[in-house]
Amino acid sequence: MRRWPMRLEPIANPSFARSITPPVLAIIATVVIASLLAMLAGANPFSVLGLILKGAFGSQFALLETLNRATPLIFTGLAIAVAFRAKFWNIGAEAQLYAGALVTVVLGTGALAWPGLALIPALAMGAVLAGAVVLLVPAILKTRFGVDEVVTTLLFNFIFLLFISMLLEGPLKDPMGMGWPKSARLIPEARLPRIVDGLRLHWGFALSILCALAVWVIQTRSTLGYEMRAVGLNREAAAFAGIPVNTVLVKTALLSGGLAALAGFSEVAGLKGSLTLDLSPGFGYTGIIVAMLALLNPLGVIVSALFVAGIFVGADSMSRAAGVPTYLADMMLATALLLMVLAILLTRFRVVRD
Amino acid sequence: MNGTAEVVLRLDAITKRFGKLVANDAISLSLRRGEVVALLGENGAGKTTLMNILFGGYTADSGSVEVFGKTLPPGNSRAALDAGVGMVHQHFTLADNLTVVENIALGVRSLKSPRLRKSESYIKIKSLSEGFNLKVDPHARVGSLTVGERQRVEILKALYRDVKILILDEPTAVLTPQEADDLFATLRLAISNGLSIIFISHKLHEVMAIADRVAVLRHGKLVAETTTADTDKNALSALMMGTAAKAPDIAVSVPGKTLLSLKNVSTPDVGNVPGLKSVSLDLKAGQIIGLAGVSGNGQAALADVVGGLCMPKAGVLVLGDKVLKHWSARAAVQGGIARIPEDRHKTGTVADFDLTENAILEGYSTAPFSKGGWMSWSKARTFAADIIAKYDVRCPGPDTRIRLLSGGNMQKLILGRVLEADPQIVLANQPVRGLDIGAVNYVHSQLLAARDRGAAVLLISEDLDKIMGLSDVIHVISGGRLSPAFGRGTMTPSRLGIWMAGQGFDAPVAHAS
Amino acid sequence: MEILDILISASFWAAAIRIATPLILATMGELICERAGVLNLGIEGIMVAGAFAGWMAVYSGTGLWVGVAVAMVVGMGFGLLHSVLTVPFGLSQHVVGLGVTLLATSSTYYAYRLALPQVTSPPKIDAFQPYEIPVLSEIPLLGQALFSQTPFTYLAFILVGLTSVMLYRTPLGLAMRAAGESPAAVAAQGLSVTAIRMGAVIVGSGFMAMGGAFLTMSAFDSFFFEMVNGRGWICIALVVFGSWMPGKALLGAVLFAAFDALQIRVQQTGFGADIPYQIFLMAPYILSIAALVLVSRRAQVPAALMVPFNKGER
Repeated sequence: MRRWPMRLEPIANPSFARSITPPVLAIIATVVIASLLAMLAGANPFSVLGLILKGAFGSQFALLETLNRATPLIFTGLAIAVAFRAKFWNIGAEAQLYAGALVTVVLGTGALAWPGLALIPALAMGAVLAGAVVLLVPAILKTRFGVDEVVTTLLFNFIFLLFISMLLEGPLKDPMGMGWPKSARLIPEARLPRIVDGLRLHWGFALSILCALAVWVIQTRSTLGYEMRAVGLNREAAAFAGIPVNTVLVKTALLSGGLAALAGFSEVAGLKGSLTLDLSPGFGYTGIIVAMLALLNPLGVIVSALFVAGIFVGADSMSRAAGVPTYLADMMLATALLLMVLAILLTRFRVVRD
Repeated sequence: MNGTAEVVLRLDAITKRFGKLVANDAISLSLRRGEVVALLGENGAGKTTLMNILFGGYTADSGSVEVFGKTLPPGNSRAALDAGVGMVHQHFTLADNLTVVENIALGVRSLKSPRLRKSESYIKIKSLSEGFNLKVDPHARVGSLTVGERQRVEILKALYRDVKILILDEPTAVLTPQEADDLFATLRLAISNGLSIIFISHKLHEVMAIADRVAVLRHGKLVAETTTADTDKNALSALMMGTAAKAPDIAVSVPGKTLLSLKNVSTPDVGNVPGLKSVSLDLKAGQIIGLAGVSGNGQAALADVVGGLCMPKAGVLVLGDKVLKHWSARAAVQGGIARIPEDRHKTGTVADFDLTENAILEGYSTAPFSKGGWMSWSKARTFAADIIAKYDVRCPGPDTRIRLLSGGNMQKLILGRVLEADPQIVLANQPVRGLDIGAVNYVHSQLLAARDRGAAVLLISEDLDKIMGLSDVIHVISGGRLSPAFGRGTMTPSRLGIWMAGQGFDAPVAHAS
Repeated sequence: MEILDILISASFWAAAIRIATPLILATMGELICERAGVLNLGIEGIMVAGAFAGWMAVYSGTGLWVGVAVAMVVGMGFGLLHSVLTVPFGLSQHVVGLGVTLLATSSTYYAYRLALPQVTSPPKIDAFQPYEIPVLSEIPLLGQALFSQTPFTYLAFILVGLTSVMLYRTPLGLAMRAAGESPAAVAAQGLSVTAIRMGAVIVGSGFMAMGGAFLTMSAFDSFFFEMVNGRGWICIALVVFGSWMPGKALLGAVLFAAFDALQIRVQQTGFGADIPYQIFLMAPYILSIAALVLVSRRAQVPAALMVPFNKGER
């Protein structure tokens, strides 16, 4: 049998050019591939790319739309970044998002008749708790029974969505909803106000930025952050040194689940006002792309969420204008994800021909 | 032996560089039919690199390999095998969950052929194993075999392919002295059948016992080539080490009070690896307690118990004068136990952490490194810088990722991490495995210094020479059982070997502690 | 007792085998990948791509078996992508797998929109029809359950047998299992771990795509979005449940499918009508998790699963 004709060799001290070239090439390659795909749809690739950019950032309206779309992605991206940093594979941000949204509508539709200043933090806390609890189950199954969390968190997404569907057709069904599976609307006190009057951007966005900063501080400055990084990089060494690995994993899960749940809270309280089954077009899954493109850096998550949200919003408006299916956006992001993980590897290793 | 027999293997001016390091510097070597050539050298001398080039793991920068007069294509792992060269690696390349037959048959028949023909393989293995006195059950799962049996499987793997040239990399490292003798008998049998052997070792007495010729490597250079008849151990030792290094002198110690004591401790078996069987052991101040034994006989379980990684199933631990109720890695660290782990890459360090982060791996949760849940990175960095200076860790600085350090420097950082707290007890599990001679002596001198200031040092090693050289008392572990303590100088290697093989536990033996 | 009546009816078991078939195919695919040491989380997306590719080929005028082959080739293409990234480059199998699922799913939907821009409901094809195997299909209960299926189902069962024989009786299978247990042992015997693992992922991905194709070409006759609906993830659970053995995994898939068929039928009984239908739909996912909890502690995981192998690096 012939040998595989390549080998990876670590680079001890990568130069600046070495650490910047592969990611740039990955971005260029993604754009080229997207252009080719647009041509397949019979469109002019330059106008398609232009339309995406314009649709995402070209006007105040577009920009606000992008910021609004980025908000839940920052939350889920942070949730994934926190979990993946400890190599806890939470693929269930979708379920945790809905858990947060559920608590928000259960408590925010009249159950708690408090003034906004008290009610909104209470709803947010409730959402965080719910998300944390939802992820606690896979975390305990993993630490107690050795069940792989990838499969359990994935399956939880399906279970939880059915659970929401059941509630929306049962106890939570809005009597005024004309038969649609939809919850009642939040009371006005429960709604997140806009940051600036007249601009369609709510405080959820500010909260997401705040969370990113908080996560960054936790990861770099706190003892827990150190533990989470150690557990992620080498679980065996962490356990040997006396780091309580399982406790750290459970804490990581609680933090991750809570962050993802805030996405649901912010979507319901800031944007939609009620809970429906299409609250999230896969924000939980897209959070994985956001986190990976940010190299799991919490501050990077803000940038990559804006980028990803821009692609989605831009693709929506491009699709209306140029007739290219919006799935182009998903393909671009999946391509960017795969090329980027490869590019990051190539900043640290060189390929040697044998 | 036979200076005129045909040359079966010729390495010609092999040179291999890794960056600035010259791992092999124009090395030429030849092997004749029916001959045993020993390749002698310390760790890092370039032996493994040379054999990797022969087997296509690396491509040489220059030079060539000839087998039976034909030049091997470089970088082709299959070519050496097909030309009739087999190798028994120091770290066995066996799949634990497959059977002996499956491990041996792997890759022999073409992957395109439709049938495995296990029964044919079984018959051939059976006859080889009888012919060369390599006893092993072909249907056994490799994971259930002892280390000695696994090595037999490795040798059978080579013989099954009808190799003409066999390379053995440190084959006795994992054997009792008696098992090593059996191995030599098997090898002599194979030589008489026309096999040629390259025997890689750093143990002089073995080289003198089995080899016809010796090639000595030092720092990537071939420094001498001679017949064993024309040399002796002292001359070889000088050639191998150069003049730089000298083993530390050891003063006699006076044992103090017992710091940690295990009383009738048992742990469960893990798969095929035995747990401890009612082990009692006293670690006394001012002593190095050596634990001899073939790996996989309960050393890991004992290290885990002492190091806080597992609580005994039965029996008690007494630290100072307290009977331990709760025992964990963190409790061990806080109880004053310095733990040098067996595998510094996997368990000792986090490769992608920098030196600072690695230096506080055990102490991170306590002051001064952590207060109220927040880290004090400046204190941690100062601590790392102190270790780097005091323990002579060669590195660009505390912000360097530890994966870029050599094994010796990595071990020095671990030493600093655990010894800076002035521990009462030092658990040193294979502390010098894979280190070059300079680092070995440094580690040993640190262990002796810890002993001399009153610590109890538990030294676990498979290397009998090192155990016998350093220890004030020696215990032998076999099948999870612990021998009585033997004082320094009271045991010969062969008597220890009897205990290592598990004999002696049942016979009444005069205590010698 | 209504449930007992259901359990002894031949139509129930026939449905169970039908529901099991895509799971069996995809589970075999995942099992092959994992036995060689690679976790393939691309399974969900590859099933979607296979479902579309096979159906689209037939809709464009090819024969049914050509459609199956097209699905398989498309799956192998995604397998190639997955294996290049995870094997020689050794990238995270979690991230690459999810990336492949996203890419396969989105490119399928994109292709669907390009191919059928106008339609509101997807067109139907002439799908595989049941073929009653002479004599065997006349056995009571068993005959109707096992031997009155479509040829695609028979193919799935044959592939399980072939996979089993390949894994345990051929040099190639031994090399694959060894690659998942100890890549160093494989390399030491002069074999290429890279080639073996890549081959396993490519072939395994082909099987997954066939599993998807069964949905559009045999179970139904049309392609819908969300039609795979987490089946891929269930197959990953089934591989664990089957302890990485083809026979046990097959059994697991059939048991699982029987449960699924049962919940559909119980929904229609008087007792089931009082329970929200979502509970029944949840049941298979909950069952998968429960099965994992039961077996995970004692499962014999391939020792080198998810461990990349880089030669020259020690």
